[in-house]
Amino acid sequence: MSIKPPVEDFATDWDHTDPAWVANPYPIWDDLREKCPVAHTDRYGGGWFPSTYELVSAVANDTDNFTSRTVVIGNGRPGDDAPPAPIGVAPPISSDPPFHHIARRLILPAFSPGVVNTIETFVREYCGKLLDNVSAQEIVNGGSDYAQYIPVAVIRQMLGFPEKDDDLFREFVHIVLEGIDEPDLEKRIADFEPIRIYIEDQVQDHIDNPRDDLTSYLLNAEIAGSKLLPEHIFGTMILVLVAGIDTTWSGIASSLYHLATNPKDLERLVNEPELMPLAVEEFLRFYSPVTMARLVKEDFDFNGCPMKKDDWLLLGFPAANRDPKAFPDADKFVIDRKINRHVAFGLGIHRCAGSNLARMEMRVAIEEFIKRYPKFELADADAVTWSQGQVRGARNLPLRILN
Amino acid sequence: MKVVINADACTGQGRCFGIAPELFDFDDLGNGVVKGDGNVTPELAEKARLAEANCPEHAISIEE
Repeated sequence: MSIKPPVEDFATDWDHTDPAWVANPYPIWDDLREKCPVAHTDRYGGGWFPSTYELVSAVANDTDNFTSRTVVIGNGRPGDDAPPAPIGVAPPISSDPPFHHIARRLILPAFSPGVVNTIETFVREYCGKLLDNVSAQEIVNGGSDYAQYIPVAVIRQMLGFPEKDDDLFREFVHIVLEGIDEPDLEKRIADFEPIRIYIEDQVQDHIDNPRDDLTSYLLNAEIAGSKLLPEHIFGTMILVLVAGIDTTWSGIASSLYHLATNPKDLERLVNEPELMPLAVEEFLRFYSPVTMARLVKEDFDFNGCPMKKDDWLLLGFPAANRDPKAFPDADKFVIDRKINRHVAFGLGIHRCAGSNLARMEMRVAIEEFIKRYPKFELADADAVTWSQGQVRGARNLPLRILN
Repeated sequence: MKVVINADACTGQGRCFGIAPELFDFDDLGNGVVKGDGNVTPELAEKARLAEANCPEHAISIEE
C-alpha cells in the first residue's frame, strides 16, 4: 500500500481510509453535514461523499444517474475494462436495472425470513460452542474468539460446503476480503486461484449430488427458461462470501463493544431481554457497518455539485444514520429507541438481500453472549481496533469477563 | 383504522412484520404484505403507527 498524506480538510480531500476517519468518523461526518453536505476528493481518481440522510436517500434511489457496476472504491477511476453493466462481477449487487431485478428476484427467496428462521437453531448452538471453547479464559476476544466465526459458519452452512472445511473456508474468506484492498491485480488473481478451484469443486459436487442448500438452489435456478451462466452462479457465491461475512461480524463485534463500554445498557438488556429487537435496530443505526459505492453514469449536476462520468460516490449509510435532522439525539445510543427509520441495510432496489439473516445472527449472537456473560468490560481500551475500508466494525476486542 | 403497503415502494426491509406480526406478514421474496383486510383493532393501533414510522422506504400508510 502506498503511503498517503493525512487528510487536512475532509470537505475537499476526504478519504475513508484516513486514520482519523477509521478511528472515529462521526465528528468528521457531523462537521461535513454542517459545512459541506456533499464532500469531494481527488483521491481514487475523484469522488463524492454525501453525509445527510436526505442526500444519501436521494442517491440510493437514483439508478438513472448512478450505476452499481462497481460498489467498492478502487485505486483510480474505473477504466473501460471495468466490469460492464448490467450484470457486473457479483450479481445482483453489481447489477443495474433491468437485469438487476431478475437477478435479485432469483436470490431473495433464499434469504427470506422463512428460510432464516430455519437456521436460527444452528446459529444458537454454534454460538454456544464458541463460548464453550473460551470458557476457561478470563479475557475473551469479542472479535477474534467470537464474532468473526459466526457468519463464516452460517454462510458455509447455507452454501452447503463441508463442515470439515470450516478452517479452510475461513482462510478463503480472509483472502477474498483482503483482496478488495489489494491494488495489484495480478496478485489478486493469483491469490484468488485456490478459492476459484475450491468453489468449482464444490459446485461440481453439488451437480453430482444435489441437495437442499444455496448452491443447489443456484444450480437449479432459471432465467427465462435457461439455467444461470456459470459466471453468474460463481459471482453470486462470491457476493455471498464478501457481503455476508465481515459485515455481520462487524455488527456483532461493535454491539459487544458498546455493551462493554456502557454497563447500564448491558444491565438493561440482561434484565429486559424483550428489548432485544429494539436494541438490534439501534446497534444497526449507531454502529452501521456498511458503506457502498456508486459510479456517476454521465456528467450531471447533483445538489449543486458538477459530477463527471465515472466519478466515485460513496454512499454513507452510517453517516445518514447519525443525521440529527432524521433522528432526535442522533449522537446518543438509545437502547429502546422506538422510532428508528435507519438505513443500515441501504435503501431502494439494492436493500441488503441478507438483512433478515444479519439481524437474526446479531440478535442470537448477542443473546447467547450476554446469557453466558452478563457482566463484562473492555480489558484494554487502547487495544481496540476498527476495520478500515467500506465495512466498519470492532476487530480486536479484548473483553474481561466479570463475576 | 387500516394499514396499507405500497408494493412499489416496499423493498423488503422487514421492519413492519418485525414490529407488528399481528398486522403484517412477508411473501416468499421477503416483502411485506398486509394480513387479512388490514383493519386495525384499537389495541394494535400503536403498533400500526410504529410500523409506519419505522419503514425506511415510507411504504406503509395508515387510513383512519
